Amino acid sequence: MTEPLSRPKRKNPLKRTRLPLSPQPMRSRAAHLLTQAAAEGRFGLPTCLACGHHHYPPRDACPKCLAAEIVMAPASDLGQLAAATSVEVAQDLYFRERTPWRLGTVVLAAGPSVVAHLHGDCAEGDRVRLSWRLDRSGNAVAFAEPAVTTPNMSDDSQWREMTNDPKFRRILITDGRSSLALALAKALAQAGASLIFVGLADAWKPFPEMDAFKRIPGVEILPLDLTDSDSVTELAGEIGARVDILINTAEHIRPGGLTERTGVTLAREELEAGYLGLMRLAQAFGPVMKFRGADGANSACAWVNLLSVYALMSWPAYGVYSAAQAAVYAAALSLRSELRSGGVRVMNVFSGPLDTDWFQTVPPPKVAPAQVARAVVDALMKGIEDVFVGDVAEDIRARLAKNPKALERELGQ
Amino acid sequence: MALRAGNPRRDYSGVAVAVPVTVPYVRYSIETAHWWIGRALAALVSQAGITLADIDGLSVASFSLAPDTTIGLTQHFGITPRYIEFLPMGGASGVMALRRAARAVQSGDASIVACVAGDTNHVDSFRRSLSTFSRFAQDAVYPYGSGGPNASFALIASNYMRTYGATRADFGKLAVAQRQNALSYPHALMKKPLTLDEYMSARAISPPIHLYDCVMPCAGAEAFLVMSEDIAQSLNLPFVRMLASIERHNAFADDAIQHRGGWVMDRDDLYGQAGLTPDKLSFIQTYDDYPVISMMQLEDLGLCAKGEGADFVRANSFTVDGTVPHNTSGGQLSVGQAGCAGGFLGLVESIRQLIGEPLGRQVRDARVGLVSGFGMITYDRGLASSAVLLGEASKRKAVSA
Amino acid sequence: MSMTNPAFQLIGALASGQMRIIDLTHTLTPEFPTLVLPPELGQCAPFRIEEVSRYDPRGPAWYWNNISMSEHTGTHFDAPIHWVTGKDLPNNSVDTIPPEKFMAPAVVIDCSEAAAADADFELRISHIEAFEAAHGRIPAGCWVLLRTDWSKLPPARYVNMRDDGAHTPGPAPEAVRFLVEERDVLGFGTETIGTDSGQAHHFNPPYPAHHFMHGKGRYGLQCLTNLDQLPPTGAILFAAPLKIRQGSGSPLRVLAFVEG
Repeated sequence: MTEPLSRPKRKNPLKRTRLPLSPQPMRSRAAHLLTQAAAEGRFGLPTCLACGHHHYPPRDACPKCLAAEIVMAPASDLGQLAAATSVEVAQDLYFRERTPWRLGTVVLAAGPSVVAHLHGDCAEGDRVRLSWRLDRSGNAVAFAEPAVTTPNMSDDSQWREMTNDPKFRRILITDGRSSLALALAKALAQAGASLIFVGLADAWKPFPEMDAFKRIPGVEILPLDLTDSDSVTELAGEIGARVDILINTAEHIRPGGLTERTGVTLAREELEAGYLGLMRLAQAFGPVMKFRGADGANSACAWVNLLSVYALMSWPAYGVYSAAQAAVYAAALSLRSELRSGGVRVMNVFSGPLDTDWFQTVPPPKVAPAQVARAVVDALMKGIEDVFVGDVAEDIRARLAKNPKALERELGQ
Repeated sequence: MALRAGNPRRDYSGVAVAVPVTVPYVRYSIETAHWWIGRALAALVSQAGITLADIDGLSVASFSLAPDTTIGLTQHFGITPRYIEFLPMGGASGVMALRRAARAVQSGDASIVACVAGDTNHVDSFRRSLSTFSRFAQDAVYPYGSGGPNASFALIASNYMRTYGATRADFGKLAVAQRQNALSYPHALMKKPLTLDEYMSARAISPPIHLYDCVMPCAGAEAFLVMSEDIAQSLNLPFVRMLASIERHNAFADDAIQHRGGWVMDRDDLYGQAGLTPDKLSFIQTYDDYPVISMMQLEDLGLCAKGEGADFVRANSFTVDGTVPHNTSGGQLSVGQAGCAGGFLGLVESIRQLIGEPLGRQVRDARVGLVSGFGMITYDRGLASSAVLLGEASKRKAVSA
Repeated sequence: MSMTNPAFQLIGALASGQMRIIDLTHTLTPEFPTLVLPPELGQCAPFRIEEVSRYDPRGPAWYWNNISMSEHTGTHFDAPIHWVTGKDLPNNSVDTIPPEKFMAPAVVIDCSEAAAADADFELRISHIEAFEAAHGRIPAGCWVLLRTDWSKLPPARYVNMRDDGAHTPGPAPEAVRFLVEERDVLGFGTETIGTDSGQAHHFNPPYPAHHFMHGKGRYGLQCLTNLDQLPPTGAILFAAPLKIRQGSGSPLRVLAFVEG
């Protein structure tokens, strides 16, 4: 049984903050098949396209028929824990300060034996479920959990190393005026976040949702304007060292392609709020979050960008917006790499059109803000880094993977 | 297998294995693998009474030689061999080096092959070598707690114990006997007697693996020469003969978790070549990276049936003067593991025992020795297994003045 | 230095305390509210400041910033070309307005009490007549400044945005026409974000201060402060916008010269 996590004590100001360390990040190219699956929270096994044989660890040729085409194919994630141990003496610095560290050999029903990190509730002989998770180095590892849910399961310390569970963590929602902010604050409070800072730009403008926010336990409304460098720097100075999860809800949506617009004023606003906003946040909050990547049970752990799925392929009806989102996406990938050494995971959440005013004329299916909020919390709890919310986002993702050129034409019609 | 019938085994007649050399081990060394291998080579030349130019074959086993391999060493040492081999195969490297050198000598491709295993151990080299040991270690082992082979063998041991009923005390009996053997071996790094109580109460490393189940990484070198019997006799060198040998890699790949090694596939062949049965062995040197693996070898090499290793251990004694003399110099558990030299340790000790020139205590009436090699756990199991039967020694003749 | 030179007389008066300068300008800050229009329309950019260097590797011995804003951000000047009614007038942009227009007398009509009582206060002809009864006829070519003390309000009340738009004081259409046609004023200045009231889009014509003032080549000043420190008459304003090619307006420093 997992001991429930207790609210982390306030920090002892005389103690040095533990610096983040990373488990060994080197992987072969084949092993990144698993990273890809882990990033999206999918399970599968390296599988020979020719003979269907599953294998592990990932190889460059099938160990049954020597064919070279190896893909990630769906497979049962169930298996039996054949052996378990706990490492008491580790050579690697990351694990040295986390011993004892449990691992075990899982014999999968699908065939291969997998040495996996072990949830505390798994004992030798148990039926277990295997998943690919991103560790603090951002690379895939196998993780075995009990096949049936156990109490306080997500409080397991090894589990929490893989995830970005909001429980007892402090969150910053950067733009309280975003259509997603209120739903996110509610969902995060429900997931046990201890504090939810909500940034509010132009406090002199009416903010009708103020009361709704204030009814959510732990919410604090603070001035933050993503288009104003001073404002971002100032807030980071005040609360930067207390932000464990940053959720960038910057939102600026206007229809139109390049030629349908006159001038670049709007585009500049889109870039100010989105791309440059992310950059301001990264410069102001990134370093301190990275520094706090191993700062106890409520260490800094995640940076969430809420993106349009059209960041991945332009939707000409919202062409300039798509371009601005693509800029945010590209910057987020750089940020992901920059924060990785601190163990802070950059999570990109892609949605199709939201069920909000700016997509009023777009036919359904559309994504409700509450759906995005649920997906964000779920992904934080699972430690996923690429999240696709709703049917449209899933559809674009699938079509993009299959034939990007076809998708380009289809979106342009 | 049907194809193999057309290629019957040849024996190892005419091959002499001689000049056992050990460069005394140290826990940490500031020297390089090149230095250690060079010391071993120098000792071979001086003990054999030959010149460096007489060595026309060089077989090297090392993990810490990078970026060099054997070829770089030829220029480094100023030798011009016509046969070279590089075998960074850890625990299997000794038998593998011997097998290859023997065939080179038999065919005339080389006359005197120096087989050397040497590794250095810098303060940080063990940790560094773990993550880069293999691609599978990099991808699928080291990111999992970085316990290295201790954790990997803990999983194998845990499964073995649960499946076959072996206990820690059984493993302890092997470790304690080896320590007893080491007390008379001058180069053992661990010189304090070990009691079963101490073994049992040692701190956990990765349960069920505890401190005295683990070898101590160190620096050192082991070496021997392989040459024709005629040359050995002309040099008046004592030597032993190869009665049989086997080698197997990645056996039983479908076993979900390792509980046997490749010896099972080849042991009938091994004893068949020699015309021997296991009860005729004077001693056995297993590859003891962990006692559980030694127990597995006792089973898989036919000293007892699968699953009866624990009973066999309980029924026998394993000191030099025991019913089954085992790892008679103390094994890696007591001598230390000098990288690939660990794969040579039992072989070099066996030569000494059989020619009657041990550095420690002599096994009584030593005629036939079994040396087993095992190693290369690149993911979840040791991939390599090997064994050689040595015997029919030609001992040193008194030279009249 | 000749004491008969009027320019030196002015300096002398300032030095002796016979005259004082009142700064009618707000500090440019990113937080200062801007005009809010429906989101599908183009928006007025707020003031933004980005450090270029500050005695650091980007510029070891010097400190400077890049700034950006709209022509209509902070305390600012409206040129006739700003409004469609003034689009074809000569010299209608900030770069072509004759410089002598940048210095002119100002009268201050104090409606602060009425505005405090009613955010939608409208300046009517009657208020102007009452002012003139007390202080004399408004001379031609002068600025008329509407004092509401609005500049003293905190930002949210300053903008006073509700579901139906902003509620801030401003002139009624007839009052603007009166000032332009009957008094020939140079321009109209306010403490609020616009020269027009918050609800002026419902007036006829909408935005009368913009409509009539700019239609007749007159100017506007907005977001003024410190009007409570000015006398009803007798102040001279120095209000020179930046020389922006075809500029519709400009942030500027507005200085008032008043008698000691």
